[in-house]
Amino acid sequence: MSAMSGPAIEILGLTKDYAVGFWRKRMRRSLDNLTLQIEEGEVFGFLGPNGAGKTTTLKLLMGLIFPTAGKARIRGRSIEDVRMHRDIGFMPEQPYFYDYLTARELLDYYARFSNFATAERRGRVVKTLSRVGLSEAADLQLRKFSKGMLQRVGIAQAILHDPQVIFLDEPMSGLDPVGRLEVRDIILDLKKQGRTVFFSTHILSDAEMLCDRVGVLHLGKLQGVGAPEEIVSIEVVGMEILFEARALPANLTGRATKIGKRYRIAVQEAELYATLELLRGHEARILSVSPVRPTLEDYFMQLVRGQHSSEAAEVNPQ
Amino acid sequence: MKIMSGAVAINTFREAVRDRVLYNLVIFALMMIGAAILVGQISIGIERLVIINLGLSAISIFGLIMAIFMGVGLVYKEIEKRTLYSLLSKPIYRWEFLVGKYGGLLLTLGVNTSLMALGLAAALFYVGRPFLRSDVSIVVAIYFILLELALVTAFALFFSCFSSPMLSTLFTLGIYVAGIFAKGIHDFGELTHNPAIEGTTRALYFLLPNFHNFNVIAAAAHGESVPFSLVWQNTLYTTLYGALVLLGASAVFSRRNLK
Amino acid sequence: MSGPKLTRTVSAAIIATPLLFAAIAVLQVRIDVKMRSATKEKEELLLRSGDALKKLSFGYDSLMADIYWTRAVQYYGERVGKKGANFELLAPLLDITTTLDPNLIVAYRFGSVFLSERGTGGLGRSDLAIELVNKGIAANPSEWRLYTDLGSLYYLRLKDYPNASAAYLAGSRIPGAPLWMKLIAARIAEKGGSIETSRAIWSELYETTKDPNLRKKALEEIQGLKAQEDESQLDELADEYYKRFGRFPSSTKEMRDAGLLSGIPVDPAGFPYVFGPDGKSHLSAQSSVEEPNP
Repeated sequence: MSAMSGPAIEILGLTKDYAVGFWRKRMRRSLDNLTLQIEEGEVFGFLGPNGAGKTTTLKLLMGLIFPTAGKARIRGRSIEDVRMHRDIGFMPEQPYFYDYLTARELLDYYARFSNFATAERRGRVVKTLSRVGLSEAADLQLRKFSKGMLQRVGIAQAILHDPQVIFLDEPMSGLDPVGRLEVRDIILDLKKQGRTVFFSTHILSDAEMLCDRVGVLHLGKLQGVGAPEEIVSIEVVGMEILFEARALPANLTGRATKIGKRYRIAVQEAELYATLELLRGHEARILSVSPVRPTLEDYFMQLVRGQHSSEAAEVNPQ
Repeated sequence: MKIMSGAVAINTFREAVRDRVLYNLVIFALMMIGAAILVGQISIGIERLVIINLGLSAISIFGLIMAIFMGVGLVYKEIEKRTLYSLLSKPIYRWEFLVGKYGGLLLTLGVNTSLMALGLAAALFYVGRPFLRSDVSIVVAIYFILLELALVTAFALFFSCFSSPMLSTLFTLGIYVAGIFAKGIHDFGELTHNPAIEGTTRALYFLLPNFHNFNVIAAAAHGESVPFSLVWQNTLYTTLYGALVLLGASAVFSRRNLK
Repeated sequence: MSGPKLTRTVSAAIIATPLLFAAIAVLQVRIDVKMRSATKEKEELLLRSGDALKKLSFGYDSLMADIYWTRAVQYYGERVGKKGANFELLAPLLDITTTLDPNLIVAYRFGSVFLSERGTGGLGRSDLAIELVNKGIAANPSEWRLYTDLGSLYYLRLKDYPNASAAYLAGSRIPGAPLWMKLIAARIAEKGGSIETSRAIWSELYETTKDPNLRKKALEEIQGLKAQEDESQLDELADEYYKRFGRFPSSTKEMRDAGLLSGIPVDPAGFPYVFGPDGKSHLSAQSSVEEPNP
C-alpha cells in the first residue's frame, strides 16, 4: 500500500560513483548526494546541461543501475521493491524499441505487464495511440518510424497503464515544434489528472512553461530547487540588434557579425539607445531589437566561474 | 509470475520468427532430400542407417548452431539496444525476464526441431521402409537432442548476461566441447592409475555437463531401444543442471549495472 | 561497492549451487549405469576409409589422427584380457590413424604387436600387422625401429627366420641404427629361434618405446622368457635328480636338499617354481608371469 500522505518521490542522499581509468581504480562521482522531494501532483523539471547526471538519476530510480549510497522511495515504496514499478511509467532518453514489432504490438506487449483483461488492454492501446497521435501508424513496423514517432511511442508506453508517477527523460528531444507542443499538451493533461510528472531537460523554455518547480543539476550536484520564475529572474544580459547597412560604423567593427547584407550585434542594455542613434546616423535599416535571454549554459557558466571548479568532484582513490 | 515470463517468452519467439531464423529449415530440407535421393547409390542395404544417422546429426548440429548464436544475444542485444530500459521499468523481476528469454528460445528450438523431425520422417518414408516399432528410439533420440539444446542454451544465456556475443560464443562452445569429452577425460583418468589424476578427472566429470548422456543416435540408427529410465533420468539431469545455470545467470544479472 | 550486495537471487544461488551439484553427481552415476547396460560396448566405425577421413578433416589431419589414436588405445584397453574379446576394429582404427598422420610411429609399433598377438591380447592377424608396418616403413624410410618391428613379427609370430634376418639387416643399414641389429640378423640367420634372441628383441622394444602398453607387453614377454629359461634349466636338473634317486623331484625344496640347488628359485614375479607329476617344472598357479605364446 502506498503512503498517500507522503511525497510522491523521495530521494535521500543518492550517490553514484563509477570506476574509471584503464585499471578501474579511480572513482568518478556522477551523482553526489542528491536529496530531493517531489509532492503528489507536481510537475517537476529536472534541469541541467548534458552530462550533469540527470539520466543517471533516472536510471537509479528505475533500478537499472544501483546506488553507491543513499536511497529513494516512490509513493512510499523503496526503489528496490519491484512492486513500486506498478505505479510508475518511464520513458528513456532516445528510446529504442523492438523494431520488428508494430506500434500496436509493442504497446500491447508492455501492457501485459500490468494486469489488464484482454479487452481492457486492447482498449487502452487504442486510446493511448490516439492520445499520442499515432493512430494511423499503429500497424507500421517500428523500424520504419522516424525519431519523432519513436519519441511518441516512448511516451505512449509510459502512460498506457495510467500510472500515478511518470518519469520522462528528455521528452522533447528530437521533436519538431509541433511535436513539442503535443508533448507539452500531454504533460499538462497529466497534470490536470493529478498525476506527478518528473522530467529532465536541458531546455529552459520548456521547463518554464510546464513546471511547478525545477531542480538544477550540475556536475552531479543539485545546485538549487525552486519555481521557474526564480531561475528566470536572472537579468537579461543584453540586447541584440539586427540591421542592414551599406557600411559598418567605425567603432562597431569587430563587434558585429555579418550575414549577407545584414549585421547582428549584441550590446549592453545601457548602450542600446546610443548604438541605435549611431546606426540611425549611418542610415542603417533596423530590422529587429530583441532581448538576449540567458541560456541554461550561460547560467551554469556563471555558476562555474563562481565556484572556480573545472573538474568533476573526485573521490580520493582507494 | 508466469505471466511476465510468458509474455517475454512469446515476444522472444516472435522476434525469432520475424528475423527469419526458421529459414534454416529450408537448408535442412534440401539436405534431407539430397540424402534420400543419393543414399540408394552410395550404400545398399543401409539406407535407413545412413538417413537416420545423417538426419539426427544434422538436427543436432543445426539446433546447436541456433542455440548458441541466438542464445549469446538474448540478453546482450537487449542491453545494447536499450530495449531493456523500458522493460525493466515495469513490475518484472530481472530473473523473470531471464526465464522468459530462455523459454522463448527454447520454444523456437522446439518448433524448429519438430519440423526437422517431420522432414526426417518424410525422408525415411521416401527411402521405402515403413515405420517400425523400433522407430520409437528415433523419437527418443530427438527428445534427447532437445534436452541437450536446452542445456547449451542455458549456458549461452548465462554468458550473454555479462559478455559480448563473440566471447560468449567461445565460452559456450568451450563448455560444449568439454562436456562432450567429459566421459573421455574420465576414462583416460582411470587408465592412468594415478590417484591424483583420477580424482581430478572424476571431479571434472561430475562438474561438467555430460553431453555424452544424450547421445543415443547410434542406438536409434540401429533400431535399438533406449531404456525408459534413461529418459526420465536425462530429463531430470537437464532440469537440475539447467536450473543451476539459470540460477547463476539470475544471480549475476541481478547485480549488473546496465549501461 | 555497487549493487545490493546480497540480493535474494544471489543468496539463493549460493545456497542452491552445491546442493544442485550434489544431486547432479548422484544422478550422473545412475545414468552411467543405465548407459553402460544399454550400449553394450558397441563401438562403431562408420567410415573405414582413411583417405575419405583425411579429406573430411579440412586440414586438421594430425588432430584427427590423435583422436583416432586415442580411440584405438582405448579400444584396446577396454578389451585386452577379457574373455571373448573382439578386436576386429583395431586394424581399421590404426589404418585410419596412420593415413591421417603417417609419421605417428607409435601407432605402427602398437599395431605390429597387438594386431599380431593371439588370444585375448590382440587380433591375431600377423598379416595385417606386417601390412601396417610396411606402410610405416614406406612413409618413414629412416625410422630403423620399424625394421625391428618387422623383423620381430617375422621372427616371433611367423617363425620365418630368413625374412626376419633380412629385415634386421636392412634396418641395420640405416644411419643411426644400433649395432645390435646386425648382430641379431646374424644370430637369427645362424641359429634360428632361441630364447636369448627373443629376449633381446623384447628388451630392445622395452628400451626404445615410451608407450605404456608396449612396455607392459614387452616386460611380460621378457619375464615369460626368463621363466621358460629357468624351467628348462630346472628340467635338466630334474633329470639329474631322476638319475640319482630314480624318480622326479616333487618340489624345488627336495632339489635343494639334494644339493642340486643352492636355494629356492623363484620366477620373476617372486613365486617359487613347482613340479608337475610328469616331472616337468611349471610356474606356480598364483604367479602373474605367463609363458610366452608359442
